[in-house]
Amino acid sequence: MKIALSASGKDLDNNLDLRFGRSPYFIIYDLDTDQFNIMENRGESSGGGAGIAAAQQLIDESVEAVISSNIGPNAFNLLQSSDIKMYKGNSIPCKLLVEMYKEGKLQEIKESGPSRKGGF
Amino acid sequence: MNIVILSGKGGTGKTTISTNLALLMKANYIDCDVEEPNGFIFLKPEKTQVKDVQVEVPDIDKGKCTLCGDCVKACKFNALARGKDKIILFDKLCHSCGACGLACPTGAVAYRKRITGIIEEGIKGNMVLKRGILNIGEPIAVPILKELLSDIPQNGINILDSPPGTSCNVVNTLHYADRAILVTEPTAFGLHDLKMAVELVKTLHIPFGLIINKYDEKNQYLNKYIDEENINLLGHIPYKREIAESYSKGETLLDHEEYKTTFLYIKEKIEEELL
Repeated sequence: MKIALSASGKDLDNNLDLRFGRSPYFIIYDLDTDQFNIMENRGESSGGGAGIAAAQQLIDESVEAVISSNIGPNAFNLLQSSDIKMYKGNSIPCKLLVEMYKEGKLQEIKESGPSRKGGF
Repeated sequence: MNIVILSGKGGTGKTTISTNLALLMKANYIDCDVEEPNGFIFLKPEKTQVKDVQVEVPDIDKGKCTLCGDCVKACKFNALARGKDKIILFDKLCHSCGACGLACPTGAVAYRKRITGIIEEGIKGNMVLKRGILNIGEPIAVPILKELLSDIPQNGINILDSPPGTSCNVVNTLHYADRAILVTEPTAFGLHDLKMAVELVKTLHIPFGLIINKYDEKNQYLNKYIDEENINLLGHIPYKREIAESYSKGETLLDHEEYKTTFLYIKEKIEEELL
């Protein structure tokens, strides 16, 4: 099973980026092998619909859970409709968050954050 | 002849200048600030008619859709996403470009209409007054503007009250401009955004002049820039509490003799130097 973290940098020592749609990277972590890879977030530079682009990327990667913090309504609905669970993390190293996830210590995000629609 | 009143910075007095000039010049008034049109508050049109503005959005036939995702890749606005068992449309992000329909290999994309705003048209004496209104919560104003501006009077003078800024909405309004009048205020923000507006009208080769609103003799903040750029200064409107009070009651400044003189001077200057 794979999970994704919105990450501020390219390895597990970097902190979580609290923004979902505009985080620079996603860490895709495979819980079965404890290996991970890094993806640039296509949403970061998108003119609009950043959260949608980011969510689509994770759906295409077949992740089953996302650790982030501020997930807007469009991305929330899209992830939810694809049965991807969302968990809330703080701005701490991604490594710690993976451990917390494994221990079941992260709180599930049950509703979307505020819309920050910038338009276009 | 279309004269666009624009500013760069918001709140400098575009609508004050537009409505008073329209009345004085017996021009038609077109409120292009469709996100917050307020010119009608001052001009109070009669016999107003309303029509809807519609845009097209994709309507995907689940029976024909193979979930290949080509429509999602074709959409440059992230308005489509591929979920687990269907294509999901985020209709407010759709720019109605039609790329999804062209990309679909199975002909599953049809289009339906969606209302995003209205156009209102009324009269005041011989003046035609029009405005577009974007529905609350809608992010894309350009279709309203295009519909509004595609049907404006062909004879006489039209005053087009532009949205603020220098974004798509302003550029689309300026596509219809024969002349432009820039409005600014003597502040750091006013100057900063004036420079962007000047660059925009120069890029589009539109002859323009400038009106300084909220002018105070002690404040010569804009002089250096105006001199350097050799900008045609059409007049000043003083910084007075009385004007703000009058505005807050929905009155025009032509009701005050003093400001009527100011506007008459500006009108003459426009007719001599800009038209």
